Amino acid sequence: MEDSYLAVLISAGLCALVVAIMVGASWVLGRRSPNRAKAAVFEAGNRAVGEVKTHRFPVKFYLTAILFIVFDVEVVFMYPWAVVFRRLGWFGLAEMAAFVLVLAVGLAYVWKVGALEWD
Amino acid sequence: MIAFWLLAILSVVSALVVILHRSPVYCALALVNTLFLIAAMFVMLDAHLVAFLQVIVYAGAIMVLFLFVIMLLSAGDEVRLEGRGGLRLAATLTVAALAFELGALVVAKRGENVALPASFGSTEALAERLFTRHVLPFEITSLLLMVAVVGAVVLARRKA
Amino acid sequence: MDLLIIFTKCLVALLLVLQVGILLLWVERKGSALIQDRVGANRANLFGGILPFNLGIVNTLMADPLKLFTKEDIVPEGADHFLHWLAPFLALFPLFLTFAVIPFGDVLEVGGRTINLQAVDLNVGILFVLALVSMGVYGVVLGGWASNSRYALLGGIRGSAQMISYEIAMGLALVAVVLTFGTLDLQQIVRAQGQLMWGVIPAWGVFYQPLALVILFIAGMAESKRAPFDLPEAESELIAGFFTEYSGSKQSVFMLADFVEVAIVAALVTTLFFGGWQVPWLQRDGFHFPGGLSLALPSLLVTLLQVLSFLLKLFLFCWLQILIRWSLPRLRYDQLMNLGWKRLLPIALVNVAISAVLALALQGWTVR
Repeated sequence: MEDSYLAVLISAGLCALVVAIMVGASWVLGRRSPNRAKAAVFEAGNRAVGEVKTHRFPVKFYLTAILFIVFDVEVVFMYPWAVVFRRLGWFGLAEMAAFVLVLAVGLAYVWKVGALEWD
Repeated sequence: MIAFWLLAILSVVSALVVILHRSPVYCALALVNTLFLIAAMFVMLDAHLVAFLQVIVYAGAIMVLFLFVIMLLSAGDEVRLEGRGGLRLAATLTVAALAFELGALVVAKRGENVALPASFGSTEALAERLFTRHVLPFEITSLLLMVAVVGAVVLARRKA
Repeated sequence: MDLLIIFTKCLVALLLVLQVGILLLWVERKGSALIQDRVGANRANLFGGILPFNLGIVNTLMADPLKLFTKEDIVPEGADHFLHWLAPFLALFPLFLTFAVIPFGDVLEVGGRTINLQAVDLNVGILFVLALVSMGVYGVVLGGWASNSRYALLGGIRGSAQMISYEIAMGLALVAVVLTFGTLDLQQIVRAQGQLMWGVIPAWGVFYQPLALVILFIAGMAESKRAPFDLPEAESELIAGFFTEYSGSKQSVFMLADFVEVAIVAALVTTLFFGGWQVPWLQRDGFHFPGGLSLALPSLLVTLLQVLSFLLKLFLFCWLQILIRWSLPRLRYDQLMNLGWKRLLPIALVNVAISAVLALALQGWTVR
């Protein structure tokens, strides 16, 4: 088992090295001639005005993230269940069904209220 | 042993960045880093499943939420507030008490070795315990999650 | 020695995914040209025309990446330099690492050693994949933020909202697969698919979980923000969405991440549903056809056949994704989110429920 995690470490190290080199490549290889026009942010011909602040907070992104967290936790609970599923038999199925049903009620409410619209 | 000390020092440094850095995005990223290092320590403690769950849920979902909120609110760089004297004293005392408690616990438990079963921390072992002996907390978790969802939706859609 | 073997396997996995990614760039160019009844990019030469003939085929393979790598790296004013560098890194790094758990062969019996052809042999392989997919969101959201441009920021937030919406459907599809095979270990899942159903048909995942296959495929394509789900980087509409302000190699890293994710989805689909490296009726010592006919083969040849089979299936599913990209129109953002939350999520839940009931009711229904 420890061997596998050593492999993870080696793998991660190799990947990190390769990706870092790739990302840094044009900083090393490319020219460096800073220029106001080039550094300006893209706005299809206009000059960008104002700070990058969205004064109206689109709350639907926050809701999406919260829903994601909750259902991610649900999915994450289902994995250990799926592994020992056969040993737990019908009782295990009933447990998980209760778990999912409660959350499905939550999803149904969110759906009905319309929080899933217009994203 | 080296691995533990390396991870521990890196975690502490990362956590310090979370507290001390000016820009909130950097703080959030440092927190993600800290969570990763703690997951690595979980792996060292043979808690493989929990380590991955930590990465998937905490570092992968909750921190994404943090980042969304930080970016959408365009939280600027931190302004150092001048805390009242009383507040600073209370904070210092609390932290000192906590540190003392943790230190006392470590010293008291040092040298105790509990024999662990061979399958400690494996997915099967954890799953079997979770779904047989700890069913009730598991079901209550689902209730908690549903409350969280409904609450978030209600709060977010309130006509303020 | 063991360390060297592990290192070599990790290197092989990394090189494999890198090659597949770069090759896919070319396949996409030429493939889309084929689908759209045109020729595609076919002109390339050295130093402005030194050679008397056209280098054609190596155009996108070598010239394109080389060109991108030597372009100037422009960081927009007001943008944070570290984050501008970190975003493409975080976009590509988890994808490369994911490939480490994909088994590309059975065992290599050489020099008295039996080497498992999987770089990282974790018994929680599927959770590893899921964790890394979760990490992929950071690249997008940071890419949008680090550009100091409100359009890029919104593009990044929308892109990451899309990614997290489909991650759940993906996770649920994988739960159904884990249910069928009873293990989170990818190599074990592939090995289990070597068994035969009713003595004839190889027990590939697609026969047990067809719905999960469809869900995983759709969710995977949405996750990698590929058409028809590519609004965050809609080429004809938003310039490049969240990676507008990236140039040179950073841009190419983002684009490579796109293709590598195609390879990852293809690899997952192959491993979980189509037997991975399994060749039908091929076992360690040769073919064992259902009629009773068998053909003995040396172990190395068997391994080679299995690796080739994996690569073939990988390319097949990469090609399928490219085909889908150039055939379907783009989905609107709200249609996209609808699909993720209101269609795929309930369908995936129902799939898990049905699979669970079937698995308990019919004793022989699961693969072990």
